[in-house]
Amino acid sequence: MIEARGVTKSYGALSVLQGVDLDIVPGQITAIVGPNASGKTTINKIVLGLVRPDAGSVRFDGRPIGGTSDYRRRIGYMPQAARYPENLCARDVLAMLTDLRGSETARDEELIQLFQLDAIMRAPLRTLSGGMRQRVNAALAFLFSPDLLILDEPTAGLDPISSSTLKDKILQEKARGRTFILTSHVLSELQELADRIVFLLDGCIRFTGTQRALKDTTGEPTLERAIAHLMLGSPQAERPAAGRLGIIP
Amino acid sequence: MKDILKIVRYELANVARNRWVIAYAVFFFVVSDVLLRLGGDAPRALLSLLNVVILLIPLVTIVFGTIYWHSSREFTELLLTQPVERRAIFHGLFAGLVVPLSAAFVLGVSVPLVLHRAIDAQTVTPLLLMLGSGVALTAIFGAIAVLIGGLVDDRLRGLGIALGTWLLLTVAYDGLVMAASVMFADYPLEGPMLALTFLNPIDLARVLLVLRFDIAALMGYTGAVFLQWLGGVRGTVLAAAGLLAWTLVPGLLALRAFKRKDF
Repeated sequence: MIEARGVTKSYGALSVLQGVDLDIVPGQITAIVGPNASGKTTINKIVLGLVRPDAGSVRFDGRPIGGTSDYRRRIGYMPQAARYPENLCARDVLAMLTDLRGSETARDEELIQLFQLDAIMRAPLRTLSGGMRQRVNAALAFLFSPDLLILDEPTAGLDPISSSTLKDKILQEKARGRTFILTSHVLSELQELADRIVFLLDGCIRFTGTQRALKDTTGEPTLERAIAHLMLGSPQAERPAAGRLGIIP
Repeated sequence: MKDILKIVRYELANVARNRWVIAYAVFFFVVSDVLLRLGGDAPRALLSLLNVVILLIPLVTIVFGTIYWHSSREFTELLLTQPVERRAIFHGLFAGLVVPLSAAFVLGVSVPLVLHRAIDAQTVTPLLLMLGSGVALTAIFGAIAVLIGGLVDDRLRGLGIALGTWLLLTVAYDGLVMAASVMFADYPLEGPMLALTFLNPIDLARVLLVLRFDIAALMGYTGAVFLQWLGGVRGTVLAAAGLLAWTLVPGLLALRAFKRKDF
């Protein structure tokens, strides 16, 4: 679905991505993991067109995304922390996005119920807590039944009930054939959800493959230990530094 | 165009509920009303409003605009993840800034005049000119604010540059022009003075108003030269063209920066 080749990005002297090759497989949940400032959010933002790569190409279903916006019709995005025009209420924002996307069928009522947004739909967004905004955010990401959902730290700030609801929703939508890119620091959550793991370190992809392949490669029993193993720079982690392990067709 | 209008509609709903915009409208309402009550007739009230318009509109617009652009960053990101062109988002957000501020000014000044039944054939031209200049200054300083907001990510630094720009154009500029004219008093300076007027939108707006109000005493030195050379319709048209250029140049630079920016 997404093919990135040789993607490079620097912010001034800080090199964030150094020739990243990445394939996102349709119908699967791909988790991008790595330490802070390893380039996870930058990859998401490059796919969304929020950030322009210095070099390399990104294709969505075979078409280059550079300078276009229409492909985003098929993407739902849940940012790490969302702030909205403070004087608008959640209903206004939902209505605006529905309006911007034209005639698409929005599933607002279903999502409002699912994320229990009824009581807060008419409250100005500035008055909502971080967790409540995150629930609004989740509803917005799923609103137009997109083919690809990019969720950046989706459960951060959510209470356990909302977090479980969201995870159930992710699995339910995956079963319907939707594709997910997920970044999270909560590795137990990724263990529960992710089909594939992409491990980023210092702007390079050090591992791409299934959870099983990662555990086999590192010889560790859990995802958390396997990731820690990669981060500590074991010989197994160094080996795929030039490119990818378990290259996706 | 359809996308721009959609964004503008929601931005208007957001900004129009902003208490500072409401306070801005109330301020103009109260000042106009008080001037009409104290001064009596509309021409005098408008004349007194002239300096308020010329100083306050740029200050409020550039400060509010810079803060607005920074604080709408996350919302801009949300819009950028939708199937909408960057150009449409930029125009939508810019109009969402300029339209409510202009409306607050126009309504704040006009409503007291209507309530006092102070508008007649004599006052309608200066009134329209003042409203036009105020709207033009809002667009110009809105464009400068958006340019600052787009180029400077740090909110406080952006605000500092915005205030510095306002100080330079309102207070320092005429002083520098005056100093230069004294230093080069032995040379014919009319041409350079005219050029310098076009380099400051506040001077331009002042000249535009002064030419119609016919009050040479309120003019700076550059305005005096402008009146001498360009009095009448030609001066008004040229000053209006200058104001338009002052909106377009920073506006287009801001659009260029917005299209290239990483969010």
